[in-house]
Amino acid sequence: MFNEFALEHAWLIPLLPVTAFVVIGMLTRSYGKLSAAIAVSMSIVSFLLAVGVALAVVSGNITVEAPFVQRASWFHIGSVNISMGVLIDPLTAMMLMVVTTVSLLVQIYSCGYMEGDAGYGRFFAFLSLFAGSMLGLVIAVNFLQMYVFWELVGLCSYLLIGFYYYRVSAREAAKKAFMTTRVGDFGLLLGILLLQLTFGTLDFQELQAVVPAYVVQCGTGFLTLIAMLLFVGPIGKSGQFPLHVWLPDAMEGPTPVSALIHAATMVVAGVYLVGRAMFLFAEVPLVMNIIAWVGGFTAIFAASIAITQRQIKRILAYSTVSQLGYMMLALGVGSLTSSFFHLMTHAFFKAMLFLSAGAVMHAMADEADIFRMGGLRKKMPVTFAAMTIGVLAIAGIPPFAGFFSKDEILAAAAGVSTPLYVLAVVTAFMTAFYMARLLFVTFMGEPASREAYDHAHEVGWFMRMPLLVLAVLSVFSGLWGHLFGFGEWVRFGAASHEGIDWAIAGSSTVLAVLAMGIAWKVYVAKSWDADEIATRCGILYQLSFHKFYIDEIYAALIKVFVDGIARVLYWLDVYIVDGIVNGLSGIVRLASDWLSPAENGQAQSYAGVYLCGVIILLAYGVYFAAKIMAMLGGAF
Amino acid sequence: MENFPLLTTVLLAPVSAALLLCFVSSKSVQSVRVICAAAMTVALALTVYAFFSYDMSVGGMQFVEDVPWIRDLGVHYALGVDGISLPMLLLTELIGLAAVFSSWGITERPKEFYILLMILIAGVTGTFIARDLFIFLLCYEVVVIPIYIMVIIWGSTKRVSKEYAGMKLTIYLLMGSAFMLVGVVALYLTAFPEGARTFDMQALAAAAAGGCFSEEFQIFAFFLLLLGFGSLLSMFPFHSWSPDGYAGAPTAVSMIHAGVLKKIGGYGLIRLGLLVLPLGAKFWAPLIAALAIINVMYAAYIALAQHDLKYVIGYSSVSHMGYVLLGFAALNVVSVSGAVANMVAHGVMSALFFAMIGYVYERTHMRSVRELRGLAHQMPRVATGFMLAGMASLGLPGLIGFMPEFTIFVGSFGVYPVLAVLAISGIIFTALYTLRVLAKVLFGPRDSRFDYFEDARGVAMMPLIILGIALVGFGIFPQLLMGMVGSGTEQLMPLLERITDAPAFLGGVR
Repeated sequence: MFNEFALEHAWLIPLLPVTAFVVIGMLTRSYGKLSAAIAVSMSIVSFLLAVGVALAVVSGNITVEAPFVQRASWFHIGSVNISMGVLIDPLTAMMLMVVTTVSLLVQIYSCGYMEGDAGYGRFFAFLSLFAGSMLGLVIAVNFLQMYVFWELVGLCSYLLIGFYYYRVSAREAAKKAFMTTRVGDFGLLLGILLLQLTFGTLDFQELQAVVPAYVVQCGTGFLTLIAMLLFVGPIGKSGQFPLHVWLPDAMEGPTPVSALIHAATMVVAGVYLVGRAMFLFAEVPLVMNIIAWVGGFTAIFAASIAITQRQIKRILAYSTVSQLGYMMLALGVGSLTSSFFHLMTHAFFKAMLFLSAGAVMHAMADEADIFRMGGLRKKMPVTFAAMTIGVLAIAGIPPFAGFFSKDEILAAAAGVSTPLYVLAVVTAFMTAFYMARLLFVTFMGEPASREAYDHAHEVGWFMRMPLLVLAVLSVFSGLWGHLFGFGEWVRFGAASHEGIDWAIAGSSTVLAVLAMGIAWKVYVAKSWDADEIATRCGILYQLSFHKFYIDEIYAALIKVFVDGIARVLYWLDVYIVDGIVNGLSGIVRLASDWLSPAENGQAQSYAGVYLCGVIILLAYGVYFAAKIMAMLGGAF
Repeated sequence: MENFPLLTTVLLAPVSAALLLCFVSSKSVQSVRVICAAAMTVALALTVYAFFSYDMSVGGMQFVEDVPWIRDLGVHYALGVDGISLPMLLLTELIGLAAVFSSWGITERPKEFYILLMILIAGVTGTFIARDLFIFLLCYEVVVIPIYIMVIIWGSTKRVSKEYAGMKLTIYLLMGSAFMLVGVVALYLTAFPEGARTFDMQALAAAAAGGCFSEEFQIFAFFLLLLGFGSLLSMFPFHSWSPDGYAGAPTAVSMIHAGVLKKIGGYGLIRLGLLVLPLGAKFWAPLIAALAIINVMYAAYIALAQHDLKYVIGYSSVSHMGYVLLGFAALNVVSVSGAVANMVAHGVMSALFFAMIGYVYERTHMRSVRELRGLAHQMPRVATGFMLAGMASLGLPGLIGFMPEFTIFVGSFGVYPVLAVLAISGIIFTALYTLRVLAKVLFGPRDSRFDYFEDARGVAMMPLIILGIALVGFGIFPQLLMGMVGSGTEQLMPLLERITDAPAFLGGVR
């Protein structure tokens, strides 16, 4: 009963949080606790409905081939017909579960974390809209609906990254996030428009039906262009190189927001879009290759930056970029299952890592540099345990969640391309190292600052509960997915029935343990001096520490090609275009200045002019008359 | 209700308010304001009624009124609205009412100001409901005079003096109308033989469909109209009046000018240019499309280099008009619908922008992004207004700006692929200058200089509420606007199919 109800009313899942946003925004935003209660209760209902949908999918035999669809017309003009609706298949169900779970937990966590903030109510309004937008994106039936919510997700991230709007850094980070993803959206919008023009529809189901026939008839040339343009959107949204620059800065928002952005909403939207449009991408091998390589490069590139960063959230941010690269890589090699599996496990452990980082910073009076922490394991045992689980999960140590999903990605990559596989393995090694470094430096050893250490304390229950839930999920979600046939449901094409490839799983686990061992040697046992290694690496260290100077390069390019041109054009507009206008009016004025002395008010001069006129007219008349006479004379 | 002269009432509401004001003491400022607000509320209410009771299944001109006026010339007092003019009328009344509330704080000669404002609104209203070209031109000329006086007396001097701004605005408007007038007279004389002449737009369109205008004549006459309507729509290179004019004008004039008056250009291009001179439109369309892209890109770039808020919005409006021109130039039902809808969208958002700038300027006497900062601390509601307008301006879905732009893009992509790509890249630059301005003005550390200024409330909230409802309402339910516009543009379909080889509906499999 409940399952069917949930399925029929799946449109409520995004609508409820949006309602919370409207209610809080219009009525209750000055009452913090009430606003939080509204937001959380709406999220709980959404979550329950999502559970119902998931159960309906499993019990009702809704598969990727036979989804449940509802549509309602949004607007139509001419033959352009755009619907809004609900598309439920296992992909959707899984995403709904992940998004509602994480956003609910983050909201509960925020009840404690945002305590005492002047914008408490506003914060929950934005959080609700954020979750609602992401859920609307997940259930989208067509590309335009997806684009609409895609942009709204962007708006919410803008509002939330810039939540501490009085900080210049937060304001700039928010703007940067919006602008960078906008560049990606430009490509996405072009792709969507081309789809509309080529196929006359944007509906996923209809496109899925016509694309194969189109490929047979017209080849893949044009489709390659469309797919490439579509992929630009995910590059921006999912923080892929070269549009990754906004994601690390996004940590300027309150930490729960970072957890939400990095885990469940926003960044996985890009991965989801590629997965949703897999029927299209899979037709064009060139673009699939590009996706795989962009993902692979992003993974190792971001990992190489994360290795040298000092701020706890920045390390986590680059690890997100890197892990998203993993997911893209998996999509590119055609394994939707492993990509989405990793998306799910990553959502859980990354949310937990961020929430733990938030707890640490909360306890340390907003200190972010891990080298000024240290020794916190005794003061914050729960957070320490959570963080440890998160690190083990992301490093891919069995039996934690990341082990299973990462192994599937490695296996998928190995089956397609050895270079990509090597890239992924090296990334896994680096990931294990920098995550262990984060954990050890923060929690082990001796406190770097005695004062801050004495001040530190374990977080309250509001913040502890979500950590516990996420910890459980981070430990078991991989195993559950593996045991209960995640790939049977969430897949593209036929389900793959591979077990664990022990050669791949074993070797990557050994490497991960090795990496963590090195980290232990350097940062806990201090047998090797970290600074000395850094100096020895010289330029490589500098490049990594300064994020390969990409931000600086972009800033310079914008300065020259955007602001420079803007100034030149403004000059042109004022001095040339408007100059001509003012010049013309100047000529008129000069002419009038020149002529106006004639109007001197003296009757004599007027009479003189009059006389001249008469004489000229007379002379002309006489001349004309003579001419006529001559003509007449000639005629006679 | 059957024979109630609804459109005449809408037209006369501001006129009678203006007349009534002549008999009110200039000391009783409150009654002056209330009379105007009441008149505009009546006009808006009737327009909303008309909007929702317009029968889209029938289409065509509705709420028609027709009284012969100057028989010798064939002039009729003929009013009516269809799916193209009704949204424009709604826009006019929305912004008119908002402008009345935005002018609440005027202390210098409020009575005279409001009289002129009412005449201005009546003039703009008349241009959109006129079915007779003579009435159209008459109303258009009525508009020019109050604007000149209002800018000169109540304007503000920043980069350029208000006298310069007023003069520039007026001369451009008059230049435009001069070209327009020549074109209209040429139409009038060519269409029918003496004795049967008429200014009725539908009759002219029908005559045009009958082939009474040669192609050469259409090309010539359309060029005149393009000069007139194009400069009104701030088409490059006739755009430079727009930023200077808005900067010099008082808030209400900026709102009405950017919001609706400018749109008379686009409306005229469709109503006269396209319907009466289709071959002329076809001939000049590629040029218009090229100029449209210059509008979009060039003005967006220049907006980046601006510091005065009014200049930013001035150039932004030039940029947005590029989309309207592109939609027009693509000459198909989808794109033209997008152009009409975009005029409405831009009208609402720019009016809101100017209302918010006006509110801040009235209190702080600052408009530069170099001086203003962190206003979200002291004025969260004003900041919300700025955010709404800004987000609509950068085409955020869910607000009014997205759907028209999308429609224009869909409609024009197949016709001018390269130009359309350039136009779409405008979404990046629009976002860039909008976000920069919002960031600087609204966010950042609290500045104690602004602590003494209070947030908008009461009457000052009205523009935000009125325009905000339109901004969000049409954004979430685009079909409200699109259905109406579509019922108007569908009548263009046979014509468009005749002049363009491609089917007027795009979106089929090619």
